[in-house]
Amino acid sequence: MKKNIKWRFSLIALALAASFIALLPNTPVYKLMHKTYRDYMPDKGIILGLDLQGGIYLVFEVEGDKAVQLNAKRIAGSINKLLSKKETKAEATANGSEITIAPASSETRKAVEAAFPTLTAKEADGRLVYSLSEKEIKSIKENAIDQALETIRNRIDQFGVAEPVIQRQGEGEIVVQLPGVKDPKRAIDLIGKTAQLEFKLVDDEAALAAEIPASVKPVDEEEFIAKMKEKIPEGGEILFERHVNRETGEVTKHPYLLKKDALFTGEFLSEARVAIDSRFNSPYISVTFNPEGAKLFEELTGKYVKKRLAIILDGNVYSAPVIQEKIAGGSAQISGSYSMEEAKDLAIVLRAGSLPAPVNLLQNITVGPSLGSDSIEAGKRAALVAFIMVAVFMGIYYRLAGVIADFALILNIVFLLGAMAAMNATLTMPGIAGIVLAIGMAVDTNVLMFERMRDEIKLGKTPRAAVDSGYDKAFLTIVDSHVTTLITAAVLFQFGTGPIKGFAVTLSIGIAINLFTSLIGTKAVFDYLNSSKEVKHLSI
Amino acid sequence: MIEIIKRTNIDFMGKRYIAFIVSGVLSLIGILGVVAIARGTANLGIDFAGGTAVQVKFDKVVTLHQVRTALESNGIKGADLQDFPSAKKVLIVLKKAGEHTSTTSAPASIDKGLSDKVIEALTKGFPDNRITVDSISEIGPKVGKRLRVDALWAVIASTVGIIIYVGWRFQLSFSLGAAVATFHDVLAVLGFFYITGLEINLILLTALLTIAGYSLTDTVVVFDRIRENMRVLLKESIDSLINRSINEVLSRTLITSMTVLLASIALFIFGGEVLHDFALAMILGVLVGTYSSVFVASPVVLLWSGNKPLMKKH
Repeated sequence: MKKNIKWRFSLIALALAASFIALLPNTPVYKLMHKTYRDYMPDKGIILGLDLQGGIYLVFEVEGDKAVQLNAKRIAGSINKLLSKKETKAEATANGSEITIAPASSETRKAVEAAFPTLTAKEADGRLVYSLSEKEIKSIKENAIDQALETIRNRIDQFGVAEPVIQRQGEGEIVVQLPGVKDPKRAIDLIGKTAQLEFKLVDDEAALAAEIPASVKPVDEEEFIAKMKEKIPEGGEILFERHVNRETGEVTKHPYLLKKDALFTGEFLSEARVAIDSRFNSPYISVTFNPEGAKLFEELTGKYVKKRLAIILDGNVYSAPVIQEKIAGGSAQISGSYSMEEAKDLAIVLRAGSLPAPVNLLQNITVGPSLGSDSIEAGKRAALVAFIMVAVFMGIYYRLAGVIADFALILNIVFLLGAMAAMNATLTMPGIAGIVLAIGMAVDTNVLMFERMRDEIKLGKTPRAAVDSGYDKAFLTIVDSHVTTLITAAVLFQFGTGPIKGFAVTLSIGIAINLFTSLIGTKAVFDYLNSSKEVKHLSI
Repeated sequence: MIEIIKRTNIDFMGKRYIAFIVSGVLSLIGILGVVAIARGTANLGIDFAGGTAVQVKFDKVVTLHQVRTALESNGIKGADLQDFPSAKKVLIVLKKAGEHTSTTSAPASIDKGLSDKVIEALTKGFPDNRITVDSISEIGPKVGKRLRVDALWAVIASTVGIIIYVGWRFQLSFSLGAAVATFHDVLAVLGFFYITGLEINLILLTALLTIAGYSLTDTVVVFDRIRENMRVLLKESIDSLINRSINEVLSRTLITSMTVLLASIALFIFGGEVLHDFALAMILGVLVGTYSSVFVASPVVLLWSGNKPLMKKH
């Protein structure tokens, strides 16, 4: 019997030591420790959730349909390239996931299907209609998400955030968690920019060109487009350059009449960095193309000397310089009206590559660092008050047994925190609520046992017999009542998002540990008291 | 030995009809709340309804009226405001993306830039008061809808889980009693939040599910004793057996509830604004859960079993 008690006390001591070691990284002691010792210690401990340490939680949706459209457009473009070499007037246009070629001819069909073996046509009204198969559409969407994940990861890496979490969620969503980042607007801009870089020719020859004013007010933008819509020549479009007056902060928009087809795109880009224009002391972005791109760029600038080439990012014109001469060497400058910070972010975005499709922001939860620390303080206070109230009540009501239960309660809290640290679990604000509730629930187990013991004592049993049968009889009740709470905690873990998951974790670990401390811990103390001498009276 | 209550002999089952009326009313209000949620007329939080919430901390105390004026003069209308005067904090909630400004965003996405507009309006409206942004939550309608569906599944999954477990550990009538009591507790707390106009959000749902799990603790304690007594005395009538069992475990039912109640009260008073409503729901849930384990769960067992002797099991 005595040996058995020793064994149980050793187990408790061991669990205590393990908890303290696991919790070390969360204490100031850890920082004071010499590095050689620290290497042997756990390095993370309990991780604070975004709601406690401050940070940004974003959910983006990748527009898979747009990716499919872009893909169809690209195929249509390739087909047109192919057809332009043949002697045919047929032209391909993309519409959603369909590519239509008109007029249809058997030669065209043969040529297209030889070059694109996966496509099979339906012929109708003298047109060839190719539609992407379900399987292809699915794989395009899958690729779009993978590529978007990769690109976003790249951008955040280059932006420099400690321990970001970037993961896929469900069908086409991406979750981004940025601990410690304070400015959601900047982060959203950085991640959400499609970063589609295009070079388009300014159409100065069309009749409309003379009618384009130098600038319009930002509010009149849509109205302006509507007014001009009729007059825009085929294959043309109007895009704007945003200009901010540095002194007044006034924003104006400069319209450009452009040829719709991009001559050159960002896919050939190999490097982008911020440089300072010494004349105006303003930042610009210097981009470098890969060898293939450099060659292409040289060709096209040679072809369009003395014309204006607009540099467009995500549908906004940044500048439209006149091509003075053929540009060799494969580099270009993107100057525009932006701050140093914006220029830096823009360079990151260009370097990391464009998103395969636009993304929508579905959710943004930003918690400032001050709310986080307020919450931690409030949580600590609530936990302390809850502990004192419960402990005092138990001590008064159950006397010595109550004090033993309080001792178990302390073990419970230490073990709970230790287990969370060992699992590197995330502590959230609802998680703190879980700990506080666990304080109240932990003593329930002891209450059930003590009440049983009182029943047994009333029946005239000796203290030892009362303890033993009290424990035995209360055991099943305790398990039953714990399991029902565990069921809901498991459901919350499964369905809940971040903070709620944190609650489910603390609550369920708390309950599991509670079983251990009361069935092993307090029982061991009672057995020890009973074994040392023949106890006549049980203080309960 | 200190005892909250000495050996009692209260006829709980005799009062079951009064209890049924009380419980019926509580449940009915809860059901009305559920209907209101389904119809979208309840005060749903932005996590379910979609929308934008900004919490700011002022250096100097402000009134809600001042905040509203500052927002409205900058074209932001229809905001729900809540203040925590002691902490100089104000929470500004703009529900349902797309209704407050004319921004043209994709239908699934959040109201782009609305939170910036709110902060800008406050900075303009309170030029000599420093403003710290505590938190921003922007939730698009798509996420809101998904969370609503998830919440529904969570409630169904936990209820089914509990019924199966209790059904396995006890017999059918007990399982039914436990399920009815659980529903009753959740509905009663939900009903309270509904009629008082408090926000129904994700954190309340968490509290409700916790209540569902915890309120069973008391029920299980009572059921366990009923089952135990069933094994010993088979001649006793069911209602007197249930009555005796409840009286026997009454003190522990009250004490276990009280310890959790103490913890919830500590959370309510000291836990900060984030957990305020959660703690309130827990306090109500523990109270109602204790009541229901005596006045709902056991009477349902009695009702279901009728006058047949309870079958022996285990």
